[in-house]
Amino acid sequence: MSGKITFTIDGKEIEARQGQTILEAAEDAGIYIPKLCQMKGLVPHGSCRVCTVMVNGRPQAACTQPATDGMVVENDTPELKGMRRDIIDMLFVEGNHFCMFCDKSGNCELQAIAYRLGICAPKFPYLFPNRDLDASHPDIFIDRNRCVLCGRCVEASRDIDGKCVFEFVGRGPHKKIAVNAEAKLVDTDIDITDKAVNVCPVGAIIKKRVGYAVPIGERLYDKEPIGSDVENNKK
Amino acid sequence: MSKDKPKVATASLAGCFGCHMSLLDIDDRILKLIELVDFDKSPVDDIKEFTGRCAVGLIEGGCCNEENVRVLKDFRRHCDVLVSVGDCAINGGIPALRNGIPLKECMDEAYLNGPTVHNPSGQVPNDREIPLVLDKVYPCHEVVKIDYHLPGCPPSADTLWAALVALLEGKPLELPYELIKYD
Ligand code: SF4
Ligand code: SF4
Ligand code: FES
Repeated sequence: MSGKITFTIDGKEIEARQGQTILEAAEDAGIYIPKLCQMKGLVPHGSCRVCTVMVNGRPQAACTQPATDGMVVENDTPELKGMRRDIIDMLFVEGNHFCMFCDKSGNCELQAIAYRLGICAPKFPYLFPNRDLDASHPDIFIDRNRCVLCGRCVEASRDIDGKCVFEFVGRGPHKKIAVNAEAKLVDTDIDITDKAVNVCPVGAIIKKRVGYAVPIGERLYDKEPIGSDVENNKK
Repeated sequence: MSKDKPKVATASLAGCFGCHMSLLDIDDRILKLIELVDFDKSPVDDIKEFTGRCAVGLIEGGCCNEENVRVLKDFRRHCDVLVSVGDCAINGGIPALRNGIPLKECMDEAYLNGPTVHNPSGQVPNDREIPLVLDKVYPCHEVVKIDYHLPGCPPSADTLWAALVALLEGKPLELPYELIKYD
């Protein structure tokens, strides 16, 4: 086996290495597939489903699905865009996203995907759930109102920092990010330099005293939509 | 005032008037705007009641009391196209921060327990002149049908201008990437 495979995304032929996921192969080829829970350097676990593509006519998570020779992938279709829009809409109404005062605004992946999809308002009713925050730590705080349960912090803390500071507890609407301590974040061994503090796609894990440092207009997603970096690499 | 200019009405419900300020921020385009439209019921000209049918209604703020609901329904009845302007109209905005707190606790904090409260009689205002406060703050599209949403806190002057021009020309409104902002 040569290790090379070819398949198509929206009719365009892609070359990939054996063992690559659809998402990895697409990004290498300069094709953006929206994603939220997946992050380079962490093992993908397919929890958010924003990256769903059609593979030979069936929905699959592009971040976990290995590319295989000859597969036919659809990515940029109205149906998939609509489905992604619904997922993003749900994430907005299921949390409490007050972007107007959020530290992460302009650099937030959830917000940026919403912008890219042209969302002006979610179509589902807001739930306004009661979620708590934890500002006990001197350098870091958790605002669960903005958590999208992507699991990046869990994985980064466990696999990269070797600490297991975060874990999910509860199920369904009661699922939330918990810390490995009797009570509060301050009682864990988390440190400001930990990888786990730098992976949150939204404003749920925030470093204190560095907020709003970059002015509006110069933030990550002010000028170019999320995914532009991938698309600009187009070979 | 010509008879056949389309009319625009605006209202600020549970908002801070920042979106109206943003409308004034269109600068000299305001001169062009008053050539294009007549303002009807609006704080801009202080007309209190509708004088007729309006082409476009702009709503700033969500619904936090029964008066807001009444005004919003009145706008829906009088306007061909109703637009939610800004995050408070779209998701309740800052006023909706009270949505997770029982109403009695909010009232007690505001009128009895807050650190800056001076209220020797210990009465929470309760007069029939004061609109009844709702259990929580509702986005406008959860109360009436809304045709378009202009997000932002506030939406930029350019966003408001682009939207008004498109709507007055009878074109569908699609905001370009740079004009969709939630902050
Ligand atoms: S986390 Fe993102 S989407 Fe949520 S409030 Fe902050 S900027 Fe907005
Ligand atoms: S806190 Fe952030 S990184 Fe952790 S699960 Fe929530 S959204 Fe993901
Ligand atoms: S990015 Fe693939 S499921 Fe979340």
